[in-house]
Amino acid sequence: MAHGPQSGFKRWLFTTNHKDIGSMYLWFSFAMFLLGGCMALVIRAELFEPGLQIVQPEFFNQMTTMHGLIMVFGAVMPAFVGLANWMIPMMIGAPDMALPRMNNWSFWILPFAFAMLFSTLFMEGGAPNFGWTFYAPLSTEYAPPSTTFFIFSIHIMGASSIMGAINIIATILNMRAPGMTLMKMPLFVWTWLITAYLLIAVMPVLAGVVTMMLMDIHFGTSFFNAAGGGDPVLFQHVFWFFGHPEVYIMILPAFGIVSTIIPTFARKPLFGYSSMVYATASIAFLSFIVWAHHMFTVGMPIAGELFFMYATMLIAVPTGVKVFNWVTTMFRGAMTFETPMLFAVAFVILFTIGGFSGLMLAIAPADFQYHDTYFVVAHFHYVLVPGAIFSITAGVYYWLPKWTGNMYNETMGKVHFWLAFIGLNLTFFPMHFVGLAGMPRRIPDYALQFADFNQISSIGAFLFGAAQIVFLFNVVRTVMGGKKATDEVWDNPQGLEWTVPSPAPYHTFSTPPAVR
Amino acid sequence: MGLSDNAKLATKLLALAAGMLVFAIFVMPPLYNAFCEITGLNGKTGGRYEAVPAAVDSDRTVTVQFVASNNENMPWHFKPGRVSIKVHPGEETNAVFLAYNPTDRDMVGQAIPSLVPFKAAEYFHKTECFCFNQQTLKAGESAELPLRFIVDPDLPRSVNTITLSYTLFDVTERVSAHFDNNNADPQREG
Repeated sequence: MAHGPQSGFKRWLFTTNHKDIGSMYLWFSFAMFLLGGCMALVIRAELFEPGLQIVQPEFFNQMTTMHGLIMVFGAVMPAFVGLANWMIPMMIGAPDMALPRMNNWSFWILPFAFAMLFSTLFMEGGAPNFGWTFYAPLSTEYAPPSTTFFIFSIHIMGASSIMGAINIIATILNMRAPGMTLMKMPLFVWTWLITAYLLIAVMPVLAGVVTMMLMDIHFGTSFFNAAGGGDPVLFQHVFWFFGHPEVYIMILPAFGIVSTIIPTFARKPLFGYSSMVYATASIAFLSFIVWAHHMFTVGMPIAGELFFMYATMLIAVPTGVKVFNWVTTMFRGAMTFETPMLFAVAFVILFTIGGFSGLMLAIAPADFQYHDTYFVVAHFHYVLVPGAIFSITAGVYYWLPKWTGNMYNETMGKVHFWLAFIGLNLTFFPMHFVGLAGMPRRIPDYALQFADFNQISSIGAFLFGAAQIVFLFNVVRTVMGGKKATDEVWDNPQGLEWTVPSPAPYHTFSTPPAVR
Repeated sequence: MGLSDNAKLATKLLALAAGMLVFAIFVMPPLYNAFCEITGLNGKTGGRYEAVPAAVDSDRTVTVQFVASNNENMPWHFKPGRVSIKVHPGEETNAVFLAYNPTDRDMVGQAIPSLVPFKAAEYFHKTECFCFNQQTLKAGESAELPLRFIVDPDLPRSVNTITLSYTLFDVTERVSAHFDNNNADPQREG
């Protein structure tokens, strides 16, 4: 049944085509990125000066909460799933995803989840205001009534992620072209395989923790209620048992993208392919035994503090292997700096800075000083913005000519990169300093001595926001038309996706390709 | 390849996800409680202790301090009868806490214990404690809430002072809404 796409809205509603679904995921995630970004700009506008200017503290708290939730679950995760949908079948020589109908479903429940989450902003009592980590009892006994909608939207997002992960694993394990052995798979496929297992292991734990909240709120249980014999600290353990693997879910596919892009523009094969695979697996394993480093100050015995401190520091070893391999791949390569490469190189440098501040936070005795300050905000934004977001952006620029058949505007891409690069460093680097000086996170007002650095941060944030408009414009223009891309697009790139025409036809690899 | 392979694998992975959900809701909380009870983490003290005859170590004196506090809006007056008692390990000791309901409505309270240092938690045995049950005080009523405990003679030598704190929670609404005449659950943590 070789046929093209249906016309009109039905094409998108009923599609089971991995490319269509991938595109929908990517557009959805970009919309959420802009929405979450606007919320970040509300936060930064309020923090431009000390004192209350623009929003009330209650609304400020709703903004920090919704910004975090939307960026984590709405922007970063769906973007990676979108890239997986587009690229994994093309990279392993499969005609489509293994479970195409489930693929459609796992995408289409997402807009409903986020519509529900977003609608809480207009409800009586306001949106959730307890931070994206929603610690009990702040999120149970003291939470606004809209929390129930938040819980259900998390359930739906979880279901979507689990279905997406099952689909990706089934595709990778069952649908590879003959000759595509596991150790021949591109690293993006490898990192996604491991990420998918992480998702299946921890998204149910997230569903479990919000279910326990739901029961505490409505059905009189006392999982997290001390008065009924429960324990609020239990919430933190269960949440971070999900939460730490979750942060690797948001970075492992990024490692895969960067490991794909750097060899192309360094014109050298990736250094240490198998060590990259093992390092990814080690990071995934370690992510399950370090969760309590998020809660050093909660009151743990010294043995616990030491265990979680050393286990956390151990993660620096496989991560160091990866950074070493990327640098070594570039070493003495014939490098050129097209937009995807600029983002990839910035990823390596800035993600490493985020990794170092992570090591500082891993030192349990020092963490008591840093805990819940802007230093933490600086740290996780350094790993997520130039980590996850930059790698996704790099991936979009890298594969966009393959998707659309048109070259993007290189000058505009470079403008986007430099605006984003300068903007993000202006935004997040000063946060290290105000954090070390003791400015707490999640506050709408602050002491006078932090004013200068906060103004720099706010200016940087608006610059970073403006950069994304350039990105949007560039992508839309490339979709509409532009210089035709060749089938290979880049200078001798590796991978099966470059063996199909540009733009990639609606159906690719209906007969499996030969893999050397 | 083929649909059945994919379906089989998907079923297995779905089962794994379902297993993790069960693990999160039904295994992690009891596991956490058991872990805290064994290690004394968070200063959780055990439930009712059946006294076993043990030699009183009269050479050694341990100071037991009592702290009483109210959770957020709990209006009761709540304080220990004596702020601190000196006891010999192995000796069964009585103490009281005083509670008074100054409001004009009947209320139910639940006291939750916590003990520092954590490593002393497993050596502090309560043979009787008001925290094992919810306490009902009528409007304007006051009560002496009893506590009987034994400090284990095996208490590490380094511990000379134990601080036992009770936080009193207002559970009136919870009781009327969900557990009429039922105060079974706190027993577990007591």
